[in-house]
Amino acid sequence: MSQGAAPVAGNNGVPLLSVVGASKRFGGLQALSGVGLRIMPGQIYGLIGPNGAGKTTFFNVITGLYRPDAGRFELQGTPYTPSAPYLVAKAGIARTFQNIRLFGDMTALENVMVGRHVRTSQGVFGAVFRHRAAREEEAAIRARAQELLVFVGIGHYAGRTARHLSYGDQRRLEIARALATDPLLLALDEPAAGMNPTEKLALRELLHRIRAEGRTILLIEHDVKLVMGLCDRITVLDYGKVIAEGTPAEVQRDAAVIAAYLGASH
Amino acid sequence: MRFFSSARDPRRVRASLFALVAVVLVFPFVASQFGNSWVRIADVALLYIMLALGLNIVVGFAGLLDLGYIAFYAIGAYTAGLFASPQFAAVIESFASTYPAVGEILVRLCGPRVVQEGIHLSLWIIVPLSALLAGVFGVILGAPTLKLRGDYLAIVTLGFGEIIRIFLNNLNGPVNITNGPQGINMIDPVRIFGISLAGEAGSGSTVYIGGWGIPSVNAYYFLFLVFCALTIFISVRLQDSRLGRAWIALREDEVAAAAMGINTRNVKLLAFAMGATFGGVAGAMFAAFQGFVSPESFSLTESIAVLAMVVLGGIGHIPGVVLGGVLLAALPEVLRHAVEPLQQELFGRVWVDAEVMRQLLYGLAMVLIMLARPAGLWPSPRPEDRPEADHPHGGEPVGEVKA
Amino acid sequence: MDIFLQQIINGLVLGAMYALIAIGYTMVYGVLNLINFAHGEILMVGAMTGLTLLRALESVAPGLPGGVQLALAIAGAVPVCVAVSLVIERVAYRRLRNAPRLAPLITAIGVSILLQTIAMMIWGRSPIPFPQLLSPEPVEIAGALISHTQILLLVLAVAAMACLALVVERTRLGRAMRATAENPRVAGLMGVDTNKIIVATFAIGAALAAIAGVMWAANYSTTQFAMGFVPGLKAFSAAVLGGIGNIYGAMLGGVLLGLIESLGAGYVGDLTAGFLGSHYQDIFAFIVLVAVLTLRPAGIMGERVADRA
Repeated sequence: MSQGAAPVAGNNGVPLLSVVGASKRFGGLQALSGVGLRIMPGQIYGLIGPNGAGKTTFFNVITGLYRPDAGRFELQGTPYTPSAPYLVAKAGIARTFQNIRLFGDMTALENVMVGRHVRTSQGVFGAVFRHRAAREEEAAIRARAQELLVFVGIGHYAGRTARHLSYGDQRRLEIARALATDPLLLALDEPAAGMNPTEKLALRELLHRIRAEGRTILLIEHDVKLVMGLCDRITVLDYGKVIAEGTPAEVQRDAAVIAAYLGASH
Repeated sequence: MRFFSSARDPRRVRASLFALVAVVLVFPFVASQFGNSWVRIADVALLYIMLALGLNIVVGFAGLLDLGYIAFYAIGAYTAGLFASPQFAAVIESFASTYPAVGEILVRLCGPRVVQEGIHLSLWIIVPLSALLAGVFGVILGAPTLKLRGDYLAIVTLGFGEIIRIFLNNLNGPVNITNGPQGINMIDPVRIFGISLAGEAGSGSTVYIGGWGIPSVNAYYFLFLVFCALTIFISVRLQDSRLGRAWIALREDEVAAAAMGINTRNVKLLAFAMGATFGGVAGAMFAAFQGFVSPESFSLTESIAVLAMVVLGGIGHIPGVVLGGVLLAALPEVLRHAVEPLQQELFGRVWVDAEVMRQLLYGLAMVLIMLARPAGLWPSPRPEDRPEADHPHGGEPVGEVKA
Repeated sequence: MDIFLQQIINGLVLGAMYALIAIGYTMVYGVLNLINFAHGEILMVGAMTGLTLLRALESVAPGLPGGVQLALAIAGAVPVCVAVSLVIERVAYRRLRNAPRLAPLITAIGVSILLQTIAMMIWGRSPIPFPQLLSPEPVEIAGALISHTQILLLVLAVAAMACLALVVERTRLGRAMRATAENPRVAGLMGVDTNKIIVATFAIGAALAAIAGVMWAANYSTTQFAMGFVPGLKAFSAAVLGGIGNIYGAMLGGVLLGLIESLGAGYVGDLTAGFLGSHYQDIFAFIVLVAVLTLRPAGIMGERVADRA
């Protein structure tokens, strides 16, 4: 089973991620009803909406943390069933979490090295015997991890324990770790939460660099300015339903969106 | 090497390691001057260290609290019991009288010698066989626990440990496989290149190599030392590898680990399997050493004893685990030699005998360590090797790392 | 058919004792999310205390009627068990309330071992017979036998559980306990002294276990330092079966487990063509435990507790 090869984004008009009719119910609460979106390769796509609209639930559904009650999911035109998170990561969607979920007691470097797990293959034999292939893979993992740390801007913290990093650096570390899985789609859940304006600028710049590498980004964010300035297209959720979809300019003018945010319907 | 913090002078580290190895190698010769019992204690301690290291993979690396670990020790021991003793002859005989059809097949398969004397495989086959069987059971017993969290996992594994023991205790009817509560005896001692480590009959348990004679317990000491060293080596290699990182990631945050592409199911099963193989090998050694196995050596108390060693020493930290094993395996015996006569002197009777002492130590160890020093007596100097036992999360301003 | 009723009766008796112990597990789990591993030892403490009291009674006031002796034994065992349980909570568990889950569990195991060891030191290693206090003549019901001790056991168990139900449903304490079990922080904000509630929870569980302990010893006419461990585990299985955290679940689970064990032991020989015998009885509890946790972790009456993603 070839685990090394990462999936590569195509370029022929096929959406990178296509979701149609995603629904999820929790007991009495319909968290998502019929949510869909299409993300084209290379886009930075935004998912916004008031608190409790179902954005993180949507993330959890497409990444396999929750089983959807209904919905069709396609990655690069190929249908996939979001059943197990690790399979989703293998297929090419990597995510960060709203409440940072790093491996707190590992160093920054080790956190990112874990991200390489899905694209590497050495097991017990390699661990114990450290034959040439194993040593090479391990060196490659380490090198790539260091590279990613530098890429997100915390290369000098490679040996620092993750829980001792500053908040902003932890967020960047989480992104580096997700990037290590070589994803087609990078799904970021409120990456700018708790950041000051300087950090947000750096984040914006980082996201552009990630896109320049050929990756696609799906972003949940509350900072409207950041989203409007960054995203190519946006879907707006409210109460688990899509209420608007389009370019930032279109969405900003949409009456339903304004009502949702300003409270007319709440 | 991740044993010692980088602040220490590597030359000092090497010097102390060298000294340690020297002491360990010379010990039996010195101790033999005072009789066999000290080396025998050391032999048992070495077996326990292997067990503790095996359990450390499951509990320390992967964070799965296995309370039924001793079952794998039992499986290894009974494998030796069945395949390196006259027992199999009794098994065949039992089948022949209760299920003659099966009995016939067995007789046909095994031939007259086995029917008479049982199966007597050599060490070189028994060890891998025990490892394999134990590993398989590790996967079987681990499989139902995959979705369970902490406490439940512990109780279920405890249940499995008990189930195995009960089966071992009762599989003497209707067909005799394990010989029930009486256990299996006359298990072959270890034979290396034709030399039996128990010494030949009439030699007074002395093993003669070339012209030299050493006591049997000493011979076993070195054998166990080799296996122990191997166990330590493999543990260290595992910890510092892709798999080791996956285990630690699993322990730290299972959800994040899965989201990063780790197949948590397989990784957990691998932890159970690896831990189990260590236990199985130790069990086979134990059976050969003692010459006899019975279900009462594999009770829940033993599982807990091994857990206590891991916890006392330093969960996840290999040198700590070794220390824990040495302390909890050897200390009670050592104390007994000292304390029992003392009590006899002072009180005229033995209030607290060895068994009680042992239990007291285990109980106190677990309670006191968890209350006072949860990371163990010798925790890893690097926090990333330590499970979060000593980092309570209350009130941390940086982002919530564990949901 | 004639053994069926007998097994039912045996099962109910066993189940009543499991239920009493299971309640202690489930209540502590409900407020603290902790499996009080040492709870089974409380059963043993109850039995041993009862035994010691009876011996003392024999020398101080011999010749009392059996029922009175038994009542006194229980009356003496309860405060001792409550005291032991509270000491354990205070010394071993309280500091670990916010620690990650492994720590309290390991501590609980350590406490369990300590209790057993202390019992071993005080009462020795061998089983000690528990005197036959009530009339040894069994009562016959439709071809099955039940002893006076067993009848008393059932009566006491039902009475104790009924009292508990009353307390939980109708009193302030009960309301506070339910609130704390649901959400300790909010309960605290509403003015509930969560520490007191936790103490009360341990105390009630211990009292029930004390009754179960004395009656267990009376029923089987024997005591031993290790007698609490396996019944404790089984009672925990019963609590899980009924739905951990749910008091009525514990009662139901206890009775069910008793029945399963009893019927299982009675019929397993027939069911497996003689391959397994009744000495495999102990396994049933564990099998139930594994089955429940694998198939329906919430148990019969519980909410979902074992994690999914």
